[in-house]
Amino acid sequence: MKPVYTILKRELKSYFASPIAYVVLLVFLVLSGIFFFLYLQGFVESQFDPRFQFFKERINLNDFVIRPYFGTVSIILLIMMPLITMRLIAEERRNFTAELLFTSPVRVFHIILGKFLASFSFFGVMVLISAVYVIVLMAYGNPDLGPLLSGYLGLFLLGGSFLAVGLFSSSLTENQIVAAVISFGILLVFWIIGASSDAQDSILGYLSIINHLDNFTKGVIELKDIVYYLSFIFFGLFLTHIMLESEKWR
Amino acid sequence: MIEVQNLTKRYGNLVAINNVSFRVAQGEILGFLGPNGAGKTTTMRIISGYMPPTDGTVRVGDFDVIEDSLKAKRRIGYLPENPPLYNDMTVEGYLDFVADIKHVLGKNKKDKIRLAMERCGITDVNKRLIGNLSKGYRQRIGIAQAIVHDPAVLILDEPTIGLDPKQIIEIRYLIKSLSGDRTVIISTHLLPEVTMTCTRVVIINEGRIVLEESLDRLSERVDGAQILFLKINHANRYNEVNERIQSLPNVSDVRESASGEFIIQTKGGTDIREDLVRVIVQNGWRLLELRPLTHALEEVFLRVISTEGE
Repeated sequence: MKPVYTILKRELKSYFASPIAYVVLLVFLVLSGIFFFLYLQGFVESQFDPRFQFFKERINLNDFVIRPYFGTVSIILLIMMPLITMRLIAEERRNFTAELLFTSPVRVFHIILGKFLASFSFFGVMVLISAVYVIVLMAYGNPDLGPLLSGYLGLFLLGGSFLAVGLFSSSLTENQIVAAVISFGILLVFWIIGASSDAQDSILGYLSIINHLDNFTKGVIELKDIVYYLSFIFFGLFLTHIMLESEKWR
Repeated sequence: MIEVQNLTKRYGNLVAINNVSFRVAQGEILGFLGPNGAGKTTTMRIISGYMPPTDGTVRVGDFDVIEDSLKAKRRIGYLPENPPLYNDMTVEGYLDFVADIKHVLGKNKKDKIRLAMERCGITDVNKRLIGNLSKGYRQRIGIAQAIVHDPAVLILDEPTIGLDPKQIIEIRYLIKSLSGDRTVIISTHLLPEVTMTCTRVVIINEGRIVLEESLDRLSERVDGAQILFLKINHANRYNEVNERIQSLPNVSDVRESASGEFIIQTKGGTDIREDLVRVIVQNGWRLLELRPLTHALEEVFLRVISTEGE
C-alpha cells in the first residue's frame, strides 16, 4: 500500500500548487453558503408566517434547511467535480510523466487508487470546510443529528461516485478540457435518467445517481443505496484500469 | 545483462520493429543508432516495460520484463525521449517522489537523492521549481531521476536531444561517468555520440537490426577506405578534372557534387592526398579546399542504411 500513499501525497501537493483547487474551493464555499443562507432565511420567515401556524410542529430544521441544502450541494458538486478530476491522468500524459509512472515498480491499480484517494481527500476538505454552516446551525438551533450524519455519509458516497467518473474520463484523453466535458456529460446523463421517470422504484429511477442521496438525507441508510454508490465507484475505477491497461497493447 | 529476443512490435498494420535480437553484457555501453523513425524509441519502451511487444521476449538480469515486470522494473532506470517531470514540484521534492515509487527505503533515500543530484550537477537548483528551469537542467533532472534508485541497467532515449553543444558534451561526460559496472543503452541518431560514449553499437533501420559490432572492430573495418572532399576553381573543365583524378592510382570513384566540388572515394588504406595535390598544381587548377569528408563510422552508417533501403 506504500505506493498508493506515495501517489496520493504527490497528487494532493500538486492540487494545492495549482490555482484550480483554490478557485474550485472558493466558488463551492460561496455557492453552498448562499444556498444555505437562503434556505435558513426561508425557514425563519416561515416561523412567523401565520399561514403555517397550524403546522409548526411539522416545520423543522432538518426538512426545511438541511435536506434541501444537501440536494443543492449535490448539484453544485456535479458541476464542480469534473474540474477536480480532469487533470488526474490527462496531465500525466501531457507531461510525459505517464512513462515514469508506468515504468516504475508499482501496479496500475495502485496508481489509480492513489489518484482516486487524493481527489477524494480534496473533496473531503471541501465538504468539511463547508460544514461550518451546519455547525453554526447546531450552535443556535437543534436539528436532528442522525439525518445530518447520514446525509453526510450519503454526500461522501455521492462525491466518490462523481470522482470515479471523472477519473475514468481523465484516462480517456490527454486534454484536460475534454476530460472535464466527458465526465460532466456522463454525470448529467445519470442525473437526467432519474428526472425522466417519476416512479422511484423504476429501473431508471434506481440508476439515477442523485435519487439515492434522498434516503440518506431523510436519515434512512439503506443497503441498496450504499451498494449502488460503492458499485458505481468500483465500476468507475475498474473501467479506468481497463483503459490504462489496454492502452499499452495498442 | 539485457537479452532481447525476436522482438516484434506492430501498431495495426505498421511494423515498428521486426524480429530484433541483441544482448548487452554487464558494464557495456550500447549505442542504439538509427535514423528517426527507425524503431529506437519503441525498442526502448519495450525494454523499460512501458509497453509489451507484439512478439518476443526481453530479459533484464534474471527477470522477464513482462512476466516479472515489477522485479525487472526495479533494476531499470529509464529516461524517456521527453524527460518525465512535474513542473509544479521542486527538484528535491520530485526526486523524493521518484525515490519513493522506486522503493528506495529509509535512511538510504536522502543519501541517494543527494548523490544523484551531485552527479548530475543539479544540487544548486534543488529548491527551485522544475517548471522554471532551462532545457539543460531539465534533461539532467531526467537523468537524475533515472539513476536515483541506483539501477543496474540504464536506458537513455536520446539524452542529448535539444541541448546546446556545450551541454551535449557535459551530458556525454556524465553518461560515461555513470557507466562503471552499470549496463547502459543509449539511443541516438547522432554518430559522434556513439563514438564518444559507447563500447558497442547496434544500428537499426526500418525496424530491423542492420549492424551489430563493437566499436573497436568497427573502426578496424572502416580504416581502409577514405572519402575526400575537394574544391577547386577549374573554370568549367569538369570532364578533364574528372578524368585526371580518376586516373590516379587507388581512386575508386569521383563525383562532382556542386560546381567545382568533388567527392573522391579511395581504395583501401592509401593516402592519395599528396598525389592529388601534385596533379592539381601541375594542371594549374586553383585549389580552394581539401579535407577528409566523413567520419569513418558515419560512412558505415550511411552505407548500411542506404543498402538496406534499396
